[in-house]
Amino acid sequence: MRFRAKIVDLACLNHFSRIINTIAKLARTCILRLTVCKLYFILSDKVANGGASMWCELCQGNFFDEFQMEGVAAEHNEIYLELAPENLSRALKTAQNAKAVKMKLTNKHCPCLRVAVELPSLSSSSRIVTHDIPVGVIPRRMWNDFREPSVPDFDVSIYLPALKTMKSVVERMKNLGNFIVIEANLSGEMNLKIETDLVSVTTHFKDLGNPPWATEDGCQSSARGRDLESMVEVCIDIKKLQQLLAGQQVNPTKALCNIVRKRIVHFILLHEEVSLQYFIPAIA
Amino acid sequence: LSRIGDELYLEPTESGLSLRAVNSSRSAFASFLFAPLFFQQYEPGSTGPDAELFRCKVHMKSFLGIFRSLPSLEKSVGKCLILLKPHANRLVLQLHCKYGVTKTHNLAFQECERLQAVFDTQRCASRLCASARVLAEAVVHFPPTLAEVTLGTGPGGKISLQNYVEDEAEPSKTMVTQLWLAEDEFQAVAVAPGSHITFCLKEFRGLLSFAEASNLPLTIHFDEPGSPFRPTGKSQMNSPAAISREQHEHSRSCSVPLSVSHLPIPSDDFADDLESYMAAMETSEGGSGGPPSPTSESNPEEEEEEEEEGAVPGTPPHKKFRSLFFGSVLAPGRPSPATTQEVLAEDSDGEC
Repeated sequence: MRFRAKIVDLACLNHFSRIINTIAKLARTCILRLTVCKLYFILSDKVANGGASMWCELCQGNFFDEFQMEGVAAEHNEIYLELAPENLSRALKTAQNAKAVKMKLTNKHCPCLRVAVELPSLSSSSRIVTHDIPVGVIPRRMWNDFREPSVPDFDVSIYLPALKTMKSVVERMKNLGNFIVIEANLSGEMNLKIETDLVSVTTHFKDLGNPPWATEDGCQSSARGRDLESMVEVCIDIKKLQQLLAGQQVNPTKALCNIVRKRIVHFILLHEEVSLQYFIPAIA
Repeated sequence: LSRIGDELYLEPTESGLSLRAVNSSRSAFASFLFAPLFFQQYEPGSTGPDAELFRCKVHMKSFLGIFRSLPSLEKSVGKCLILLKPHANRLVLQLHCKYGVTKTHNLAFQECERLQAVFDTQRCASRLCASARVLAEAVVHFPPTLAEVTLGTGPGGKISLQNYVEDEAEPSKTMVTQLWLAEDEFQAVAVAPGSHITFCLKEFRGLLSFAEASNLPLTIHFDEPGSPFRPTGKSQMNSPAAISREQHEHSRSCSVPLSVSHLPIPSDDFADDLESYMAAMETSEGGSGGPPSPTSESNPEEEEEEEEEGAVPGTPPHKKFRSLFFGSVLAPGRPSPATTQEVLAEDSDGEC
């Protein structure tokens, strides 16, 4: 099992750092899955995570100048590692003006992802900072736990409002209570509601638009014949939503969510080079 | 200084005013020496041939509170007078501001023993000198909350810094960061090969940010584990401060004395003010010759300013190392520049 990679371009490095920062906000530990073409950051929906799960996928060619990996076996040419994304985020934080960043899987005392940052210095030789991030190697038999989640049979699919606006609304609502209700319909309308004994606040968004597959036939048997105006709602932990929105540092190209009435909400955030899916289950 | 300890020790000497601090576990010590030239007027006090100059300590927060907002101070304050009134048990700080406004702060003080760290630079086997900027750039890679850092040597004369991992911590859970600096990044390197010392990063950072702001190069003297680790800096004209700091983390201590050379701007006005003020003081004193009161609640001005400088006291060393250190370094019979050379004996706080 081997892994070596190198980033030389500063723009790629910054972009990669931003993605890691976003992941670090969503999960304390997660799985990094390495394949020949792609990297995945995976959080499975265990109870410990509060039931939320995440699937983030990026093409290595968009970031790395060099990327070599050898999986556990020829027919299973993949590596699954468990790590704390916060460590990776910290290692990259002070690499803003690095000449190069190299990553390597090592196993001196224990398996580590070694991030070596080469920095410019006044002297003849560069300054090298190495960060050894401890990782756990996930054995092959557990790989099935981390498969890509399937898109649920949703009742409504709708584009999200501007994330910045949504974030500030949610942050203020967070002061009022612990749960937030997201409801949306197939006419491009979404409401964010918070209700407590003392107060209830609703923010309305209109003209958001619905993705094409939301109204296609054969897609949702429950949606067919249903009034386009009727709202589908789900009640979730507001902290999870706030974490997702707070972690977004760049506006996505496309942002939408799929809601299964009273069960789960599935967020999809697409950027040019990376896609992020986040599932938040309803409060029981 | 507030990052080291909660009390500010003021010690006027013939060679200048020394401001010092020590942390609660006596493992870190810092001192600033302001040469007389730094002040428009400097009178350490009158003493007989054998008497010592009066020294005292005050609460750090009270003292800092007076100088809380530097930008507004720079705009409005013309002069600052610091006066020690032993008989009234008060340290007086008087800010002469614009438009004839005078703010007078009376701080209660406690008498104290001389605070002095015991070390001998000559005996240190290793020495490193670097600009504060290089060192600051080096420590930025470590997390802000990191307590301790290990300095070591490597092949090719390189110097390494690595975060210190406690023995009890699981190696499989802790991220290890290591930085290598080439010899030519330093202004001077004279490090015994195989040196390997651990010191408290938190306190060093405080010193470093000061040195960086003043653009001072730092010289670090150290020896084997168990003896002091002492960063020093010397400033040129027109910059203030002398910092000396000692830390005894795992028997490493870090001290930085910087001495000040500053040309004075003589002013007759100030002398007049001082004299008339002192005359007024003589006549109005109650003259209680008793020992200074340890309480400080008597003065409301001290309590109003609760500025927190964000200082975090240094991590106390393991008890066994601390006693080992003091035992080995107190070298009896060695001549010392001061009349007494005693590290504060009392362990308890605020009971001098």
